[in-house]
Amino acid sequence: MDNFLALTKLITPASLVALFPLLGFFVTSLFGKSLKHASGWIASGMILLSFICSLFLFLNLPTGASLNFNLLEWMKWGNITLSFGILIDPLSLVMLLVITGIGFLIHLYSIGYMHHDEGFSRFFAYLNLFIFFMLILVLGNSYLVMFIGWEGVGLCSYLLIGFWFKNDAYNDAAKKAFIMNRIGDLGFLLGMFFMLFYFGGLDFLTVNEAIKSYPINNIIIVAVTLLLFVGAMGKSAQIPLYTWLPDAMAGPTPVSALIHAATMVTAGIYMICRSNLLFAMAPHTLEVVMWVGVATSIFAAIIGIKQNDIKKVLAYSTVSQLGLMFAALGMGAFESGMFHVVTHAFFKALLFLGAGSVIHAMGGEQDVRQMGGLWKYIRITSMTFLIGTIAISGIPPLAGFFSKDEILAAAYNSHKEVWVLLSISSMITAFYMFRVFFLTFSNSFRGTEDQKHHLHESPWTMTLPLVVLAIFAGIAGFWGMPAVFGQTHLFSTYLSPVFEESKSILGSEHHAEHSTEWMLMGIATLAALISIAVAYHFYVKSKLVPEPDSETKGFAKWVANKFYIDELYDNVIVKPMMVISDILFVLIDKLVVDLVVMATAWIVGFTGRTLRLVQTGNAGFYLFAMVIGMMILMFIQLVY
Amino acid sequence: MNLPIEQTNPQNWYLVLSTILFSIGVMGVLMRRNALIILMCIELMLNSVNLLLVSFSAYAGNTEGQVFVFFIMVVAAAEVAVGLALLVSIYRNIGTTDIDILSKLKW
Amino acid sequence: MLSLTLLFIPLAASLLLLFTRGGLSRNLALVFTLVQLGLTAYAYSVFKTDGATAFEFLRNWSVKPFINVHFSMDGVSLLMVILTNLLLPLIILSGYNRETERPHVFYSLILFMQFALNGVFISFDGFIYYIFWELALIPIYFIAFNWGGENRTQVTLKFFIYTLAGSLLMLFGFLFLYNGSPQHSLDWASLIANPSCGCNQSWLFWLFFIAFAIKIPIVPFHTWQPDTYKTAPTQGTMLLSGIMLKMGTYSLIRWLLPVLPEGVKEWQSLAIALSVAGIVYASIIAIMQRDLKRLLAYSSIAHVGLISAGIFAMNISGLQGSLVQMLAHGINVVGLFFCADIIFNRTQNANVEGIGGIRLVAPKFATWFMVVILGSVALPLTNGFVGEFMLLFGVYQYNTWLAVFAGLTIILGAVYMLRMYQKVVLGKPIMENMVFPDLFWNEKLVLITIGILIFVLGIFPKPILELTEPVLKTILK
Repeated sequence: MDNFLALTKLITPASLVALFPLLGFFVTSLFGKSLKHASGWIASGMILLSFICSLFLFLNLPTGASLNFNLLEWMKWGNITLSFGILIDPLSLVMLLVITGIGFLIHLYSIGYMHHDEGFSRFFAYLNLFIFFMLILVLGNSYLVMFIGWEGVGLCSYLLIGFWFKNDAYNDAAKKAFIMNRIGDLGFLLGMFFMLFYFGGLDFLTVNEAIKSYPINNIIIVAVTLLLFVGAMGKSAQIPLYTWLPDAMAGPTPVSALIHAATMVTAGIYMICRSNLLFAMAPHTLEVVMWVGVATSIFAAIIGIKQNDIKKVLAYSTVSQLGLMFAALGMGAFESGMFHVVTHAFFKALLFLGAGSVIHAMGGEQDVRQMGGLWKYIRITSMTFLIGTIAISGIPPLAGFFSKDEILAAAYNSHKEVWVLLSISSMITAFYMFRVFFLTFSNSFRGTEDQKHHLHESPWTMTLPLVVLAIFAGIAGFWGMPAVFGQTHLFSTYLSPVFEESKSILGSEHHAEHSTEWMLMGIATLAALISIAVAYHFYVKSKLVPEPDSETKGFAKWVANKFYIDELYDNVIVKPMMVISDILFVLIDKLVVDLVVMATAWIVGFTGRTLRLVQTGNAGFYLFAMVIGMMILMFIQLVY
Repeated sequence: MNLPIEQTNPQNWYLVLSTILFSIGVMGVLMRRNALIILMCIELMLNSVNLLLVSFSAYAGNTEGQVFVFFIMVVAAAEVAVGLALLVSIYRNIGTTDIDILSKLKW
Repeated sequence: MLSLTLLFIPLAASLLLLFTRGGLSRNLALVFTLVQLGLTAYAYSVFKTDGATAFEFLRNWSVKPFINVHFSMDGVSLLMVILTNLLLPLIILSGYNRETERPHVFYSLILFMQFALNGVFISFDGFIYYIFWELALIPIYFIAFNWGGENRTQVTLKFFIYTLAGSLLMLFGFLFLYNGSPQHSLDWASLIANPSCGCNQSWLFWLFFIAFAIKIPIVPFHTWQPDTYKTAPTQGTMLLSGIMLKMGTYSLIRWLLPVLPEGVKEWQSLAIALSVAGIVYASIIAIMQRDLKRLLAYSSIAHVGLISAGIFAMNISGLQGSLVQMLAHGINVVGLFFCADIIFNRTQNANVEGIGGIRLVAPKFATWFMVVILGSVALPLTNGFVGEFMLLFGVYQYNTWLAVFAGLTIILGAVYMLRMYQKVVLGKPIMENMVFPDLFWNEKLVLITIGILIFVLGIFPKPILELTEPVLKTILK
């Protein structure tokens, strides 16, 4: 009863969370012209309000309880009813806090970053709309509501990648992102059809109830989970649908930080965690998820080594980290995956914003070969960037270490070969992240005089978020300290009600010996340190600077060109599609189909043209023909 | 209805007469080139049919055929009125009513 | 009696308009369509409270053959009437900043079209329905012929004869039905009461199907459509694509499914396969189209292909989806063609690849164009999504693999729409000295109305679903 009362009090703030950004969207888009730079503050304020609501929910949600209510019936036909509804539970709260918290910081940052842009208000309108959809995605109590957010964030991603719409390459990138996401969305949609058909509903409660009557690895459940995973592949940029994410860096940097690192791309992981019971019932799918994750993690990490665009490196590292998270999910370590989502959100947002600050200082330059020695000029950015880099490399005690270690430990316990592969991927990550760091900040400046003159630290609206994020990237890991340190794992405990049932299906994790865990941590740290040392040797000691693109050769060239996957897709799918389109139009539609129609018309015309020749104008002949005709008719009449 | 009146002539006579008249009409239509005469031959054909209808009507004791004949006569009269008017007009304009020459209306 | 009023107003207005001149005719036309819209709203409220009784009109016209003048209304009819009368004011308003030659004839024809369309949707006797079906063809022919673009003689003739040929088949179909049915009547109620008429439904199906397939159009009966859409004046294209092709899909639901259930069952799989193939086929063709209006025409073929696939899936999801989508597609396609018209009117250029950079000079237009496109690519919360979701689910219930193929429309739709938007609106201007004023008041009014409708229907589709559910249940029985 107490719980019930406590929960009813939460309905209003739960409904408000998503409404604030929507309100912000309307205000900034309708009155953007007159508001000018105030729109940035309004938009940020709205997100702050959302954040406060989320915090309120977080503090007031009774332990072990969840709030699930419907706002309004959406569609109703036959015996199917689909509603707009909200679900607040530990899982959605974690995401809520991440989205609104980091979202607010990035809004704040954008006020400085976008200050001189003519589309200032438009930018904030889009950002607010994005937060709105992201919150819908997280808050929805059914797959359908989640899908609203799912597609909505895709739209905002499209709008924001192509924010500078004068540049056609950016527009291409935006279109590519939207279409690749749509491929995933089709999978999601079909998955929903399966669920609607077999489970009789789309809200999580109904689905979770319905699947209990199915055996493990039932074909229906495997199909549903695989289809949902296709959706996750599109949204979270996994092989083979990952190529849009690096291109998406065309958008303004805060967008990359918010959408393409911290929030939207983790939607796939959130979705699988949300459907953990479903996935736990389908170990076959989990296997697929795991291997796709591992493959993506390594593949993207390798590509990351040879990228020279600071944002591209971060993009590939995002893809790689997302792969790591999927690998965790695939091993049934849902809360470890979620934990990495959270820590990754902090340090990757930090890194992107840091990169944005660097780009800002360099006057738009993104190539690390033109940078160097920035440590002296932009101290706050450099320091926070360093924290982010250490965090992502997995050096204790920063956030990345704990979350990564958890995943590695889970891998070690269940699949040794995966553990090896993921450790390699982590090593590569540490290497290329420090490569970028050294190239950017150490040694001496390699850019033009103009750029050197222009170098300056960013305004406080930009540095403040950096500092806050750096703090969190530093300490967020302690939230999930493993048992060896004599702590309870706060994060796992908090999320445990969500994953309870699937854990019981997957079987209890056999925890490794403490000594093994110490060993694993030691190996991981050592590996990261070695990578860093190698990077230091190359890029600080030997002052190596990556060669210009034209001089790369052999395997390096393949890596630098991302293994020509984009070209492959282009030649195998895009171009043939265009050719087929033309062929269908010119050959089939115009020639074959229309020919049948026109041929009919022509035959009629031809017959008319031929038969009219009988009309000689000679009345005598007509009369003669008439009489003959009558005689023939009479004859027929007589005979038959 | 009124019973068939005692007929003095066998019906075949009417049939033969009507066939002869019809054939004359047909031959006239086919062989003559003057539109006026063709028109008259058509009238002849119509009248032969009228004769046939009347005779059948009389022999069968059914008046419907006779009603038909009246209709045909009215139509024929109208037709002749129009047809002759056309012919007069054509003659005035072209100076002939020879159907071999009047062959402009083609294709 | 209400149904007669629904017919009378546009007819009277159409005749009255012939005696006016110039700007007056346009204003009058707008007033009359608005009155008609108000009447439709009233009809909706009456229908909600009293049901069909207020609309029932039944008089015997001729005893032999037995023909009744029978007008009535059920949820499906009402929905189509709403669609028609909702779009007409928008269509007329969209012509407000254009000069039309002989506007009194033009708008008179449009109103006559409204009369015929309303008639099609509320006729419940086969003969009367057929008469209105043919009547609707006449005004649109003259609109396309007199006010059309290049090649109009040939294109409109093709359109006219093609659709007329289809109608002829339907006429034969009705004659066979009339002879075959035991009660010798084409009244809808009696036809669905005795669906197993004495005739062979297997080929009777084709007589009706081809007639409707040409109107809709379902691939491969579609070749009249892209050319006609391109050639007809935009308001004519809006009428054609927004309302007139709904005659076909409406008739599938009203006349084909319940009247020939056995024939439909026999050919169901083929009909769905044709529709689904049409979706993919038309979508792929749309990707590389250079002509703006033709691209939209092909996209329309793809969309209505999904509608007909949903109808032939013969389940409540598909049918409900098809009705929602008919309304949604009507609204969206009118918006799309209006945007295309705005572009063509200002640039005199219909080449997708030759414009570009509109967003720079006309941001408002670009925004609303985007909104309409979002509806068309079925983003959730827009009207397109509700329809497509239910339609695809309907097809899925029929066959999973067909649903996968039909679902490609989700991807391909995004491909061709976004490509078009990118080439036309984004980027830098390709044309030199492009003069592109942003939206005028009437254009703003039309596009904003459409935009609002897109979202309102996307979020509150429930009233529509409730309206049509009982009818569809009877039909499915």
